[in-house]
Amino acid sequence: MSDMDEYLEMFFVECDELLEAVATGLRQMDEGTYEMETVHAVFRAVHSIKGGAAAFGLTDLVSFAHKFETALDLLRSSALDLSPQAMAVFHRSSDCLADLVAAARISDTRENALREELLIELEALIGEEDETEADVDFVPLSLDLGDFGGSPVGDRYVISLMAEADLYRSGNDPAALIRALEKLGEVRVTLDAGNVPVLSEWSADTPTLRWQIELETEALLSEVEAVFEFVEDRCRLSIATIDQTTEDPDPDLRDSQDPEPQDSDMAEPAITEGTPPAQTSPAPSAAAPRPEGRAEAPGAKAAEATTTATIRVNLDRVDKLMNMIGELVIKEAMLTQVIQTAGLSEEPEVVGALEGLRQLAGDIQESVMAIRAQPLKQVFQRMHRIVREAADATGKQVRLVTVGEQTEVDKTMIERLIDPLTHMIRNSVDHGLEDSVRRHRSGKPQEGAITLSAAHKSGRVQIEVSDDGGGIDRARVRSIAEDKGLVVPGASLTPGEIDSLLFLPGFSSKDEVSALSGRGVGLDVVRREITALGGRVTIASTEGKGTTFTISLPLTLAVLEGMLIQLDDQTLVLPITAVQETLRPDHATLHHIGATGRALLNRGELIPIIDLGCTFGLRPAPGDAHNGVLIVVETDNHKRAAFQVDAIHDQRQVVIKSLEENYGRVSGVSAATILGDGKIALIIDPEEIITSSTSDHGRDRMAIAANG
Amino acid sequence: MLQTISHNAQGKHDVIAFKLTDQDFCIDIGLVREIRGWSPTTVLPHAPHYVRGVINLRGSVVTVVDLSARLGFGASEPTHRHVVIIAMHEGRIVGLLADLVSDIVTISDDSIQAVPDIASDPAHEFITGMITFDDGRILRKIDLMQLLPDAPQYGG
Repeated sequence: MSDMDEYLEMFFVECDELLEAVATGLRQMDEGTYEMETVHAVFRAVHSIKGGAAAFGLTDLVSFAHKFETALDLLRSSALDLSPQAMAVFHRSSDCLADLVAAARISDTRENALREELLIELEALIGEEDETEADVDFVPLSLDLGDFGGSPVGDRYVISLMAEADLYRSGNDPAALIRALEKLGEVRVTLDAGNVPVLSEWSADTPTLRWQIELETEALLSEVEAVFEFVEDRCRLSIATIDQTTEDPDPDLRDSQDPEPQDSDMAEPAITEGTPPAQTSPAPSAAAPRPEGRAEAPGAKAAEATTTATIRVNLDRVDKLMNMIGELVIKEAMLTQVIQTAGLSEEPEVVGALEGLRQLAGDIQESVMAIRAQPLKQVFQRMHRIVREAADATGKQVRLVTVGEQTEVDKTMIERLIDPLTHMIRNSVDHGLEDSVRRHRSGKPQEGAITLSAAHKSGRVQIEVSDDGGGIDRARVRSIAEDKGLVVPGASLTPGEIDSLLFLPGFSSKDEVSALSGRGVGLDVVRREITALGGRVTIASTEGKGTTFTISLPLTLAVLEGMLIQLDDQTLVLPITAVQETLRPDHATLHHIGATGRALLNRGELIPIIDLGCTFGLRPAPGDAHNGVLIVVETDNHKRAAFQVDAIHDQRQVVIKSLEENYGRVSGVSAATILGDGKIALIIDPEEIITSSTSDHGRDRMAIAANG
Repeated sequence: MLQTISHNAQGKHDVIAFKLTDQDFCIDIGLVREIRGWSPTTVLPHAPHYVRGVINLRGSVVTVVDLSARLGFGASEPTHRHVVIIAMHEGRIVGLLADLVSDIVTISDDSIQAVPDIASDPAHEFITGMITFDDGRILRKIDLMQLLPDAPQYGG
């Protein structure tokens, strides 16, 4: 059973790739400048999903993919015009197919309303063009299969037949079937008796004979199939059409005995995969063979071959490698220190060798990061669907343009980007773009455009979501924020500050009126998720021209740029992203408030001073701020604080290590890292320190009490 | 009751014996991954008093528990002669700070006696059994499960 699960998992992984191919292909078709090959690619992908699904008995998926495929096939044979309506149905079908795959993955067998609806729409598309199939009912599918795209004369078929016990039991005889084929044309029969066991093991219940029949005939495929009409569920049968002109030299593929129509079969331009064996297909009619492949360009194979060879590697292995390289980097730093203390650091040979080692370690680290990196394409791909759905829900016409989808980021980041981006895209469609009336009035095209772009910028990844809508209505944002008590009425705010109000928790400019709002998620959640990834979100908006959200992310979650600080005898790391400035305080800027409270006057603003030594329980009372260094940090909701530390050592990249794995969460600490001397340093979570220190004044003393 | 035990014979198993002050303790050898010399730890804020801090074990962050403090003997003053016993406990790795490791001893299950009822001592709850030897030596068997409460409890 676990074997089966493994195959099923492989199938789903493959499905993800195929679904992506379907979506990509459909979008190319959208743009109008597509080639027939694109349609073939989409068709093949859908067909592969169907084939795999049939092998695992995923009935819902099979029947839907089949209908989808049928419609696509009509398109291939130019029996169907690619109208915008048809395109819309295809897009939605592609979405639905993804849903069904996802449902199958979690074994969700609930009825999918969209599926039923689309089946009817696809049926309508097929029905429109195909007079022989007037029946809108879904069941008698086999009818529409043989009849259209009829084969030209002089075909060769390769039929592989392996009778099952049932075939004999029901009184059928393979010989009679072969004779019936003889009536259609010239037949060459080869008997494969290789599987026949020795007599002592032979059993009448497990027939082992297999026939390979080459048929040259003028008959249509449907006629050939008709011969097997009564036995197709009692034997393993495959019928492959061989195109005379582009016959494939590989005999293995002609012998399409493989019970699961796989990718490789589909990629073959000249050969058409026949029926998957009836016993694996719960809906034989749905999986019936179909005439196809004739229009398929020989270039199909070549086009697929251009995709670079890839292997699938378990992420754990990459992580392990990453871990070891982290160790290597640390060891290298330790070696440097040892050499320094030994007084050898001036020796040119030592310096040269050490430099070489450092460079190599850096290169290896970079290469492994590159293994973990994946193009943002997967995420961007999904956004097309989000835009479509959001556009449907709001009744707006929206076009999504993606730029730089090959930009690569860390694999874990990709997964965690989906939610925030989805939300931002919905937000752009719902709030960013104006309705068509207002667009018309301001002389913009009916169709709103949302641009999703990604690029590498100074060691970070920058993702932008921009719309060509009306921009942020700052007066309204302000009045809402004032109503909700988020800002003091009459406070002087710069346009940028007003824009940032959108990120405040509790701010929602539309009061759950549209279908998209009312999900209970605001942009504050987006901001929190992006921050959790070590990123930042900013807004830029021009009245009447549109709004741009910019996400800036680190390249990886495994490494962090940090400032090394000293507290007593401990070294800690403060993420550089939070740091605004560092300074040595003087009497003019330092102010006492009450008995223990202290604040720093910085650019006209009073910032509370937090002694990190107290926060972490390293000393009982706050030290003299004059002896230390103050680091001004800012949280995402614009709360600022000055951290008092003893000294700042360095700024460097550190490898993030989990503290929770072997210990547990420590408040004020996000993770740990290993320094050059092999010691562990804790990475400070400034967000948590600021939030907890301002809400809980007794905390410092409590921490010390707990520490004894 | 006993956790992972490496049986080398029926009813017998190996333990690692170590010293804390002047008393002998032991834990199952199956739980022990390695024994290291003491190296300075990085202090964890808000940690219980017996958590010495964390050390770097080939790239993993490992907590070090001061057994002496945990068993109520008072915090130890670690020198380079002290050892850290790296043990695996429910998928997590933990270091146990002890004075020195003395021996690997094969004990038979029937030589384990129940702990005499001396309820007031904090060590009582961490010791699951006593092993007596003919020469009058006594080994106190430590229960890791009791020693290290669950993560949420000893994290804060």
